[in-house]
Amino acid sequence: MENLALTESTYYILLSLYHPQHGYGIMQQTEQLSGGRVRLAAGTLYGALNALCEKGWISPLPMESGSRKKEYQLTPSGFEALKRELTRLEELVTNGRNILQEE
Amino acid sequence: MSETKKLHKVFWVWEYEKEERWLNEMAQEGWALKKASLCTYVFEKTEPGEYIIRVETLDNSSDFENFMEELGAESVGRCFRWGYFRRSAEQGPFDMFSDMDSRIAHLNKIGKDVKLLCLANLVIGICNTFNGTSFSWMNLLCATLLAYGLGRIRGKQDTLEEERALHE
Repeated sequence: MENLALTESTYYILLSLYHPQHGYGIMQQTEQLSGGRVRLAAGTLYGALNALCEKGWISPLPMESGSRKKEYQLTPSGFEALKRELTRLEELVTNGRNILQEE
Repeated sequence: MSETKKLHKVFWVWEYEKEERWLNEMAQEGWALKKASLCTYVFEKTEPGEYIIRVETLDNSSDFENFMEELGAESVGRCFRWGYFRRSAEQGPFDMFSDMDSRIAHLNKIGKDVKLLCLANLVIGICNTFNGTSFSWMNLLCATLLAYGLGRIRGKQDTLEEERALHE
């Protein structure tokens, strides 16, 4: 299972959590990083955050008193997953470039 | 107090997209959903297009509602497992699902509920038929209707899954 590709949503969520972030921050950062191409919708993000917490790739930060926004952070295993995905993506890009002879 | 109006309308579980479309048409006309309960919708007069309405299935915790609040959306009602949310259009596009996986997962969730209800009605209907209870046909009718709904949900799921085999 560890060699499966990440979905675009998962990849951008993990990337956005390189620094701790709350839900709205993740949405904004993903949109910004992808130049407006990837927009995470509310239900999609909520489901993905829960699934990633369960998998142990991210974890919620203890809530500060008075704050109602839940923040998340990347865990070491989440960081490893992100690095594996980067290697996989690099392989795809290199092969694509080589075969299509594009520089 | 702004002007309000109350409408009654029936949507089947598998018609949630149609329901959401109707609620957004109302919002475009300047009637934003204010309260929703079983087949009853209360709207308040607003500027046309002031709000965007979204419908989502909820679980037992209030986590999702809190999460929606964080995103600036307001929970305006709940009916069984369905939650109704609205957000001011000024805050930008407001969607529930942005990828194929979450759409398929959503259909799975609805499908599971419908299947359970369908089986329950079937079992009750059959038991009642053997007991000679006179209303057993009602359960059997419900079961048939739910089985039809399940077929509709499966159809949507298949279309998405076929696409998912090629695209994300």
